[in-house]
Amino acid sequence: MKKTYKIEVDCANCANKMEEAAKKTAGVKDAVVNFMTLKMNVEFEDGADVKAVMQDVLKNCKKVEDDCEIYI
Amino acid sequence: MTKKQKKVLIRIIIAFLLLVVLHFVPVKGWLSLVLYLVPYFVIGYDILKKAFKGILNRQVFDENFLMAVATVGAIILGEYTEGVAVMLFYQIGELFQSYAVGKSRRNISELMDIRPDYANIEKDGKLEKVDPDEVEVGSIIVVKPGEKIPIDGIVEYGTTTLNTAALTGESLPRDAKEGDEVISGCINMTGLIKIKTTKEFGDSTVSKILDLVENSSSKKSRSENFITKFARYYTPAVCYGALALAVLPPIVSLIIGFDPAWNQWIYRALTFLVISCPCALVISIPLSFFAGIGGASKEGVLVKGSNYLEALSEAKYIVFDKTGTLTKGVFEVAGIHDAVIPEDKLLEYAAYAESFSSHPISRSLCKAYGKEIDQTRVSDVNEISGEGVTAVVDGTSVAAGNIKLMKRLGIECKECGNVGTVVHVAVNGSYAGHILISDQLKQHTKQALEELKKLGMKKLVMLTGDAKRVAESVAKEVGVTDVYSELLPADKVSKVEELLEKKPAKEKLVFVGDGINDAPVLSRADIGIAMGALGSDAAIEAADIVLMDDDPLKISKAIHISKKCIRIVYENIYFAIGIKIICLVLGALGIANMWAAIFADVGVMVIAVLNAIRALNAGK
Repeated sequence: MKKTYKIEVDCANCANKMEEAAKKTAGVKDAVVNFMTLKMNVEFEDGADVKAVMQDVLKNCKKVEDDCEIYI
Repeated sequence: MTKKQKKVLIRIIIAFLLLVVLHFVPVKGWLSLVLYLVPYFVIGYDILKKAFKGILNRQVFDENFLMAVATVGAIILGEYTEGVAVMLFYQIGELFQSYAVGKSRRNISELMDIRPDYANIEKDGKLEKVDPDEVEVGSIIVVKPGEKIPIDGIVEYGTTTLNTAALTGESLPRDAKEGDEVISGCINMTGLIKIKTTKEFGDSTVSKILDLVENSSSKKSRSENFITKFARYYTPAVCYGALALAVLPPIVSLIIGFDPAWNQWIYRALTFLVISCPCALVISIPLSFFAGIGGASKEGVLVKGSNYLEALSEAKYIVFDKTGTLTKGVFEVAGIHDAVIPEDKLLEYAAYAESFSSHPISRSLCKAYGKEIDQTRVSDVNEISGEGVTAVVDGTSVAAGNIKLMKRLGIECKECGNVGTVVHVAVNGSYAGHILISDQLKQHTKQALEELKKLGMKKLVMLTGDAKRVAESVAKEVGVTDVYSELLPADKVSKVEELLEKKPAKEKLVFVGDGINDAPVLSRADIGIAMGALGSDAAIEAADIVLMDDDPLKISKAIHISKKCIRIVYENIYFAIGIKIICLVLGALGIANMWAAIFADVGVMVIAVLNAIRALNAGK
């Protein structure tokens, strides 16, 4: 399943770091962060609990970039 | 400017003024340090905070951390002004970047400002504004002059002129009257119309297009992936380089008995750190693509991802479907030949004789005639299937049809040297001339193919299901290099596969079709371009690049835009990496100081961003 989220982040490199962090989160099959449109496309593993996974994604993103936000 | 940006701007101004004042204040030693720390914290407190949090989260090579180390290091070495200045310029760079990005984001969303905010629904004689999402299929909506059509539908009442510029980039208005299909996103210019919706808002053209544009850059190009990778290695590499620079030369000097000059080498290492931020690259490459895609959509060319824009710039082979792509796909009168009576009279007779027939040829005759047909003037119509029609028009007997009909009537006729369907006309039993009807080339087809050749295409191939003779004559006229005729839809796929196999992988093959029946070929080619896609969902789905109207000139325009965009991307890559490497070398040799480093870092970023924004106007 794929979902798109709006994000808030200030720099392009930070967006790349968020993408890395989101990709590494368990339950996420693939993630693409688009800094220009401020969007994160997340593809979830089959049967993943989207809400819980997104909480983890947010937590991991906050770790690499303190100043970011994902509108879940 | 946003609130956040304004706050940063104020901090920059304060820090700058303080720095200038301190430059003229004659204090030395501890007092000086304390005084310099004031502007330092004003400008850098958030960076220091982020750096500290970064360490806690084990994010060592984060630019905040690097900036913090470089500036704190400089201050410890006693270079107060430089320490503060580096932080100041870094913030100026960040501010500029966020402002420029925000501005181009807005620019591009304005370009695609086709999202309708509301739909008018008539209720108890009054108009009510509702969310387009809530309008059900089959509802009647009212669109006043000046408003956007929110949902696809059919005109129930009224006539008007529509402006499709936002969708197609085409400034010529279109007329719409009762019974016409209209698509969302057009602007109603002149009259009030009532529309019966045929789709939900989510399935309407405007939603499809917005969806496509907004999700366009989720497919990243090779250049973007390269930069992401580069950034991942560049920063750590420069940091280790800085560490080595700080430690190795002094130790070597110590061993061979020279003065280690710790301060000098540490200063050079800190200079390294200042250059270590890959910002210029990381921001300018996606920005170039984003601007390029935005600029293309302004021209009515929708690109589904930056990877396709990149691939398009490498296009060398273009395969066209004939009907609907190079030609209009509708039959029209192409000429009147060997007429022994005035040409318009000949056409009038033919149109009248054929006026009762619904055959496409008959319809194209009536269309070419152009005037209202008064059917009372026609009598004794006799349609001979597969041959033509005989009738009496204004008391004159008229026969219109093919050679077989003429032979049956014993009338000698002249062969037509051109390709197409020929309607011979006999008036009062004697030959009056013939009318040539053929699928017309689009207005700009020839010009478009010439442009493509100028852009360096190696092969222009035409595929068609038509007969060889027709295909070859069209091919010759428009100037394609190769033509394959009498193909079934499946043959087109295998032909494209054959061409794909023969060409080198670096040279891309583009297939251009009208989206009808050619979805498999569109997806098989390196890049599938669907044209005239307005309203055709299948084409929007299958293609990688969608041309909103059916003008073949848009193909060369799209390639032109892609080439310009890629050129900007490469300019930025070479420029940014080049300047950084030069500064690293000069920094290591002690020629470039921290001032040069910060100018290299921020200056390169500013120039790269400004250059990237140029891609927005690539269509001009």
